[in-house]
Amino acid sequence: MSDFIGDWHALVVLLLAGVIPNQIWRMLGPWLGSGLDEGSDLLQWVKAVATAILAGVIAQILVEPPGALASVPAALRYGALVAGFVAFMLTRRSIFAGVMAGEIVMFAGKWWLG
Amino acid sequence: MRLPPLDSSQWNSSLRAFAWGMSATSATILSLVLFVTYIGIGALAHDTRFSLGWTLLCTVLVWAGPAQIILITTLASGASIVQSAIAVTISAIRLFPMVVAVLPMMRTEKTRRRHLILIAHFTAVTLWVECYRFLPHVPRERRVTFIHGLGCGLMCIGLSATIIGYELAANLSQTFAAAILLLTPLAFLFSTARNSRELADVLALVLVLVLYPVASLMNSGLDILVSGVAAGSIAYGVHKWREQP
Repeated sequence: MSDFIGDWHALVVLLLAGVIPNQIWRMLGPWLGSGLDEGSDLLQWVKAVATAILAGVIAQILVEPPGALASVPAALRYGALVAGFVAFMLTRRSIFAGVMAGEIVMFAGKWWLG
Repeated sequence: MRLPPLDSSQWNSSLRAFAWGMSATSATILSLVLFVTYIGIGALAHDTRFSLGWTLLCTVLVWAGPAQIILITTLASGASIVQSAIAVTISAIRLFPMVVAVLPMMRTEKTRRRHLILIAHFTAVTLWVECYRFLPHVPRERRVTFIHGLGCGLMCIGLSATIIGYELAANLSQTFAAAILLLTPLAFLFSTARNSRELADVLALVLVLVLYPVASLMNSGLDILVSGVAAGSIAYGVHKWREQP
């Protein structure tokens, strides 16, 4: 196959590791349309584990960064995150302010380090 | 955006209902959030060496930001298909209650199941929120069409952003490419922190930042799953324990 898609192996992986495990839960909806208690213990546990897994992946991107992000020193990566978090809290939880502050610190740090 | 009144004859055209659904994407800040998210995902996929076509297919077929980030990151770090699949499926369970909440808002006696399947596919946090906002202003018999339009509109935004992010990462200088890659952790950390109203979610977030480095030292390849299940379960246990009278 062309370079645009990659080889068939990559497509199988996409299907098996991404599409099917994700879509199963959506497609249950039209069939099992009722009887779900949002506050149930099982769902609360699932939400906590799902939050933790996503946070783990975010941590991984910062600890073992891919590609261009690896050119930013570790201290600066964590510093940008902390600065963003401080801005986020100071602005009463504005995501936009947090992201902007993090990015500004990263740019300033890169420029200062040369 | 102004939709015509519920009893207006303009709603008789299903093409118009579709078009209003599509243009409703321009009336919301969530479209911008979606755009930034997929810029980040496109850039992440480029720097972890996935092809552009694969990345676009991933956006169309998976259509859930967290699941895509988990899939791309775990596969790139050498996890097995089974490990990635487990991590993805745990992140996707939250889609089920969303679909269950969304479908009754538009179901009528004449609704076909295949129309609902497409809506189930479009359902993710953005569509779920927008259904509550827009559907009260849409006549019930046009809601399926309206949401098909809204879903297509959101997906166009997601796909354009995926391409833009991918190409930016491919063509920008290292510093700018790094800035785009940094968008994903920043945006997801703060939006998760913002949505974490329950103690269990906040604890899960904090604990994993402690446990992940420990788990990665064990070098099992299961770091994400082990630290995620451990942190999530501890957080849930503490939450339960505090709830006791």
